[in-house]
Amino acid sequence: MPLGLLKYALSPRYPAKPDLRPTPDLKPSYDVVIIGGGGHACATAYYLAKVWGIRNVCILEKGYIGGGNTARNTAVIRSNYITPDSVRFYKEAVDLYGTMSSDLGYNTLFSQRGQLTLAHTDATVRTFTLRAEVGKLVGTGIEMIDPQQIRELVPCVNIDNLRLPVLAGLWHPDGGTCRHDAVAWGYAARATELGVEFHQRTEVTGLEVEQGRIASVETTRGTVRGGHVIQAVAGMSSVIAKMAGITLPIRSYPLQAMVTQPVKPFLDPLISSSALHCYVSQTARGELVIGGGSDPYELYSTRSTLELKESLIAHALELFPFLAEVRLLRQWAGITDMTPDYSPIMGESPVRNYWLDAGWGTWGFKATPVSGKYMAETIAQEKAPAMIEPFRLDRFRSFALVNEMGATAASH
Amino acid sequence: MKIMPCPLNGPRNISEFTCFGEVAEMPDPDSLSDNDWADFIWLSNNTAGVVREWWCHSATNYWFIAERNTVTDEILKTYPASEVFKARRDFPVRKEPGS
Repeated sequence: MPLGLLKYALSPRYPAKPDLRPTPDLKPSYDVVIIGGGGHACATAYYLAKVWGIRNVCILEKGYIGGGNTARNTAVIRSNYITPDSVRFYKEAVDLYGTMSSDLGYNTLFSQRGQLTLAHTDATVRTFTLRAEVGKLVGTGIEMIDPQQIRELVPCVNIDNLRLPVLAGLWHPDGGTCRHDAVAWGYAARATELGVEFHQRTEVTGLEVEQGRIASVETTRGTVRGGHVIQAVAGMSSVIAKMAGITLPIRSYPLQAMVTQPVKPFLDPLISSSALHCYVSQTARGELVIGGGSDPYELYSTRSTLELKESLIAHALELFPFLAEVRLLRQWAGITDMTPDYSPIMGESPVRNYWLDAGWGTWGFKATPVSGKYMAETIAQEKAPAMIEPFRLDRFRSFALVNEMGATAASH
Repeated sequence: MKIMPCPLNGPRNISEFTCFGEVAEMPDPDSLSDNDWADFIWLSNNTAGVVREWWCHSATNYWFIAERNTVTDEILKTYPASEVFKARRDFPVRKEPGS
C-alpha cells in the first residue's frame, strides 16, 4: 500500500484532474446566466445542461463554488413537513439524494440514519400527528412513537429528567445527512463536463433592466448578456433582487451552529427538539453538530455570539448531559433568508427573463437537488412546473401562504 | 454580551430588547389597492447597511428608535420616538360594517 501510494504520487496521473477548469474569460452573452455558485446554482446548471440540453450557461460566483451557505448549513435532509405541497417537494429531494452519488459518479456520503423530533407539549403532539398523517398520505416514511420506543431507538438520550418531559416523538426514517460540499462539487464537476462555465471570484455589481427585461449583468470582470438570468444567492437574495428593482418578502438573520471534538459513535439518528430550540447529530468523523434557531434580530454578519452558543449548548446538554466535558471544535454562522411562511420563493419574478430561487431560510440545503431540477425546468419551459407553483412570489399578494413555520423552526 | 444603549434605561444587554422592524409610515388602508396593501404587509427592504428600527426594552416596555448597521452589527444611535413623532396622532374610529 505505501509503495502503491508512492508510485501514484510520482506517476503522471498525479495530481488528479481538477473537477473545475481554470476560470475562462467572460463571453459577451450566454443563454442562461446564473448568479451565485452554491449547491442550488450548480444543480440548476447541471439539470439545464443534462436534461434540457442548454449548455451555453455561466455561473457567476463572487467567492468560490459552494463557499457560502452551502458550506454553512448542518447538512440535514428530511421531508417531514406539514403541508402536502412541501412534503411532496422535499420527498423528491430526499429521493434524489438517495441516488445522487451514482447519478453524479461523485460520492456525496449520503447517510440515511433517520431523524427523530421530540414533542414536549400536547400542542406539539397534535401537530406531529398531523405531520405524520400528511407524510403517510404523500408516501414518506414517518410515524409517531412513544417514549418507550424513543428509549429503544436512542438509549443515550435523556427524556425523563427534562424541564419539559418528552411526551412523544416524530420518527422519520427517510431523514439523513450528506457531505454538503460534495453536493456542490459533484454538480459542478458534471456541469463543467457538459460545457457550463464557472466564473469564480466574479461578483455581480448591477443588473440593467430595460423594458421589463434584464438587458445585461454587470460584474467585476465585465458585462454579460443573458437570455435568462436566475438568482440563487442564499443570504443575499434581497440585495441582488434589489438590483433588478424587486423587493422581496424576506428578512435575513444569522443562524449559528457548531461542532464538538470527535468522540466514539453513539448517536445514530438525528435528534431535534423544537421546544429546546436545538438539534444534534453525529458526523461520520464522530463530531457532534449542534444547531438551533435563527438569531433574534436581522443581520448580514456571520459572527458568533456567546449568548446564543450558551443557550444552544445548555439545551443540547439537557438531551445529552454526559457531553458536559466535551470541547467545542468549531463555530460558525450562515445567513438565513427568512420568508413570512417559512417556504421558499421560486419561479417567476416581475422582470420577464429574471427567475428567483430565493427565500431558502433554514431549509435550503435539503432542497438542493429538487430545486435545481425544477428551476432548470422553469427556465427551459419559461413557466414554473406544478411542483413549485405553490412557492411562487405572487402567493403573498393572494394570501395563499404555504405555512411551514411549525415544521421548520429549529428542527432542521 | 452586546450592549444596547437604551434612551430610558442606559446601557443594557441586548437580550433584554426585542426588535420590531423598520420605522415605516403606515399607508391609508382605505385608499390603497389590495396588492399595495399586501406589499405593505409582507415586503421588507431587508437593507444591508444602516437601518432605522423600532426596538422595545421588554422589561420596562419602553419603545424607542435605534439606528443600526446590519452589515457590521454596530448600533449607531438610539433616541426616544418623540424625536421623530412630535405630535400626538389620533386614528379615526372606524365603523365596522353591520354595527
